[in-house]
Amino acid sequence: MKFDSPATTNPIDRGRVIGIPHDRIDGAAKVTGTAPYAYERHDAAPNAVYGWIVGSAIAKGRISAMDLRAAQAAPGVLGIVTHQNAGPLGKGDMNTAHLLGGPQIEHYEQAVALVIADTLENARDAARLVRIDYAPDKGRFDLAAERDRAAPPSGGFGGPADTRVGDFDGAFAKAAVKIDQSYTTPDQSHAMLEPHATTASWNGDRLTLWTANQMVAWNVGEIATTLKIPKENVRIVAPFIGGGFGAKLFLRADALLAALGARQVGRPVKVALARPQIPNNTTHRPATIQRIRIGADSNGVIDAIAHEVWSGDLPGGGAETAAQQTRLLYRGANRLTAHRLAVLDLPEGNAMRAPGEAVGLLALEAAMDELAEACGVDPVELRIRNDVQYDPEAGPQRPFSSRKLVECLRLGAERFGWNRRNPKPGQVRDGRWRIGMGVATAFRNNLVMKSGARIGVDAGGRVIVETDMTDIGTGSYTILAQTAAEMLGVPLDAVTVRLGDSRFPVSAGSGGQWGANSSTAGVYAAAAALRTKLAEKAGFPADKALFEDGLVRLGNQSQPLAQLAGREGLWAEDSMDYGDLAKRYAQATFGAHFCEVGVDIDTAEVRIRRMGGAFAAGRILNPKSARSQVIGAMTMGAGAALMEELVVDKRFGFFVNHDMAEYLVPVHADIPEQDVLFVEELDDKSSPMKAKGVGELGICGAGAAVANAIYNATGIRLRDYPLTIDRILGASSGHRVA
Amino acid sequence: MKPFTYSRPASVEEAAKAAAATQGARFIAGGTNLLDLMKLQIETPSHLIDVNHLGLDRIEKTEEGGLRIGALVRNTDLAADKAVRRDYAVLSRALLAGASGQLRNKATTGGNLLQRTRCPYFYDTRMPCNKRQPGSGCGAMKGISRSLAILGTSDACIAQHPSDMAVALRLLDASVETVGADGGRRAIPIADFHTLPGATPHVETALKPGELITAVTLPRPLGGTHVYRKVRDRASYAFALVSVAAIFGGDGKARFAFGGIAAKPWRVAEADAAASRGARAVAEAALAGATPTAQNAFKQQLTAQTLASIYRQKEA
Ligand SMILES: Cc1cc2nc3c(=O)[nH]c(=O)nc-3n(C[C@H](O)[C@H](O)[C@H](O)COP(=O)(O)OP(=O)(O)OC[C@H]3O[C@@H](n4cnc5c(N)ncnc54)[C@H](O)[C@@H]3O)c2cc1C
Ligand code: SF4
Repeated sequence: MKFDSPATTNPIDRGRVIGIPHDRIDGAAKVTGTAPYAYERHDAAPNAVYGWIVGSAIAKGRISAMDLRAAQAAPGVLGIVTHQNAGPLGKGDMNTAHLLGGPQIEHYEQAVALVIADTLENARDAARLVRIDYAPDKGRFDLAAERDRAAPPSGGFGGPADTRVGDFDGAFAKAAVKIDQSYTTPDQSHAMLEPHATTASWNGDRLTLWTANQMVAWNVGEIATTLKIPKENVRIVAPFIGGGFGAKLFLRADALLAALGARQVGRPVKVALARPQIPNNTTHRPATIQRIRIGADSNGVIDAIAHEVWSGDLPGGGAETAAQQTRLLYRGANRLTAHRLAVLDLPEGNAMRAPGEAVGLLALEAAMDELAEACGVDPVELRIRNDVQYDPEAGPQRPFSSRKLVECLRLGAERFGWNRRNPKPGQVRDGRWRIGMGVATAFRNNLVMKSGARIGVDAGGRVIVETDMTDIGTGSYTILAQTAAEMLGVPLDAVTVRLGDSRFPVSAGSGGQWGANSSTAGVYAAAAALRTKLAEKAGFPADKALFEDGLVRLGNQSQPLAQLAGREGLWAEDSMDYGDLAKRYAQATFGAHFCEVGVDIDTAEVRIRRMGGAFAAGRILNPKSARSQVIGAMTMGAGAALMEELVVDKRFGFFVNHDMAEYLVPVHADIPEQDVLFVEELDDKSSPMKAKGVGELGICGAGAAVANAIYNATGIRLRDYPLTIDRILGASSGHRVA
Repeated sequence: MKPFTYSRPASVEEAAKAAAATQGARFIAGGTNLLDLMKLQIETPSHLIDVNHLGLDRIEKTEEGGLRIGALVRNTDLAADKAVRRDYAVLSRALLAGASGQLRNKATTGGNLLQRTRCPYFYDTRMPCNKRQPGSGCGAMKGISRSLAILGTSDACIAQHPSDMAVALRLLDASVETVGADGGRRAIPIADFHTLPGATPHVETALKPGELITAVTLPRPLGGTHVYRKVRDRASYAFALVSVAAIFGGDGKARFAFGGIAAKPWRVAEADAAASRGARAVAEAALAGATPTAQNAFKQQLTAQTLASIYRQKEA
């Protein structure tokens, strides 16, 4: 099915199952431990043995010698994979560094060996006995030091390296009010709960991977390329995934080494990364340096806006596209964005929840707060004044498909009690706390991706959906079941959803917040095809038939689905493909974040007291799981503002705090109260679901609202994230904060 | 993890004897620190002696009117004990400020005293670390040292002692009771229990090989107002950047102990003596001789500010 003109009324609009809050249908299996994750597939690979990855001890250089004898002789050891015996390997398009290093070393903790043994403990102990001599080279590990050598990036998500509209320099020079500030954001780790993990098994030349991966079809291709085998010989199974946030978009060392290990020892091998290996072995969100210049009139109306971003990655890697939203978010006839990419020999940078916007808005929305103050305009009002209903680079001929930023700001402000904010910083006290409020816009692009599904009705009238879509804890199972139930007129519990198997039709996968809208649209397409088949079988004209109560109806005639399905069942398969609506209309999701913080007057401890937000993201398919996504993302935004940072040792070239005792993410005590309002919106240009993505929107801007609240509380403006105690103290004068 | 054997001795004497006699032996209590370090190959014992079943899990009154806390009393139970909450509130508060509920359910009094530093270089076996591998150098000193110590450090090591509980014990003048390999018993004042790194940062306590902690005793209650203030990078479940344990008497007198900033739980007589002169005077005395790095110099200001906060709340 092709979606190339705005959606009209369709069965989804009935809203009997779609749009109603539902518990996740896989919830019971998860909390009772009956949903097996990749490392637990004892059922599928009962005789699996254990692989333990040895990571490089240097960041850059060469392996000069490897001595495996002691490890090979250790108890229980069955084999050791290294670059010397792995055979010729290709490299997938989406990996920057090689997943198995050696002799060349590209980053710290790059996998250089897999030790396989009968037990996990034996594998881990033998890994300690692998002796490797290195010849290290000097590496580049300091983004600030490499900034001047950074060049326009070629690869990566996002648009051109440079964009210019109008005459930025001229307009900025003339502007009545100017903001020109630089901000930095650190490297961050996804820190999802389930580590990267794979069980691999060969049957002849056919490989099956039970793996924690967000993108089944991509990675069938990537592993086939890397192993130089036909795609047809690979099966990936990933029905349950314990979080990803982008960490599991790509093929990683666990999957490749499990496959190589299983081939070497002739039986299934499972490999999980240990927590302390993850930050340096896998991908992370790269650090940025951002410069923002805004020129406005004295009422805060923007005439010139520029956002320049520097980030770094391994040779051949991609940029963090943090200026992306600045191309679309606010008005202004004179605009400039630029991305520059430095070469760094740190571990590989790549996508983490809302790549681009998540850190771009930490800078842009802080700059907007600075502009509001400089103009003496309320920060909510400032954003309303600068709203624009069309793509400001392209002009009115490219309107937004839907854009309810102003509604979000107004409704959010009212619910939060924004009018109680004192615009003058450092004025409100509550005991030992200075209190402040901050606001920030939420913005995240809405991407649509081709997505397919197969759907059938069995002889018992049960509806079955199959697609290689993944559920990374987001609630995909439930919204796909809701879509099928709505389309076929059956209750939710009459639907079975099977996910994450490369034998099923190729879906959009989970990434870039495109998953929910795209994958449900794929089920919509398949269900529409099945409706036609069912109606035809009933002898009804397909466009007149009604599907409800498990029946196909025409006037007062009806037939049960089960009967029409017959003993064989009836199946249909289709995918949703997209025309040029996304070109003709700018598509994005919007929201407004509000935050109230307390800052300890003496110690500079920051405590979030309340977070609230209003969001417009098209049809909200399942308000319950959508809310979970948003509050989880707001929490992650709070982490970015206050604590998350992979700390770089610039001598050795690695992230030092590589475990969860030292890489801090918010805990319950950090997040007392979160309020989420979804503003009603149907986006008919996005898909027949009229939905948009919502999984990443909540992180976008959340951290800036925290930073702005800290400023309002204390009068201290910090532009280097995270805003930790030492930084606040360092900026405060004398013996008191503010 | 290196394969290891495991035994459950029947008495404390047997445990101590076995520990001294068995090459590479370690006691295991809650295991919350030791097992982590074993998985990371930082500790590689070949034999574990389980001390969980030796009846060391009781809290009882001493003849002197103090309290004897068995070495295997769990942090959760100790924090919740009525007598502790009433008479030694600072200990209860320090415990509850540490780790997480799950960890405290397993963590023991003896194990907590012996938990090892959180220096990130100690935690990565590929990095130089004099504490983990004597003579290999210190990765932190010229590297990432934000969380490390500013007091009691040496040219060999600047690691901080991470315990909260031990700071309160230091404040309360606790003493550590042990049984040695020869069956001999002794009591080590808490002030002497942890040693400074000097040239031998791998040596962290006064314990002799095989010596088993059986209990920690507290002297008679001191009365006064008990405070434990821990400042960290998130609201809960993080190690202290700075922590201050304090007891204020009714007479303007007070005593202080500090965590997060020193190589061992830190106490300075001059700081106690400065109590009546206010927070800044206490801070100055406590921080005398500090040797911060550029990254952790803020801990001086933060210590002073934490004391200021304590004084402010006391007055309020
Ligand atoms: C994620 C995390 C966060 C934490 N946060 C904090 C925190 O904020 N504050 C804090 O104070 N602590 C914190 N901890 C540390 C925790 O308090 C310690 O791990 C715990 O107290 C150790 O006690 P245990 O009984 O488990 O010791 P074990 O791990 O069993 O033993 C530790 C050491 O003590 C030895 N030992 C144990 N018992 C005896 C004995 N009776 N005699 C002689 N030797 C003995 C063992 O041989 C071993 O070397 C944290 C730990 C983790 C994992
Ligand atoms: S400070 Fe101590 S523990 Fe840390 S690296 Fe240096 S020697 Fe090791």
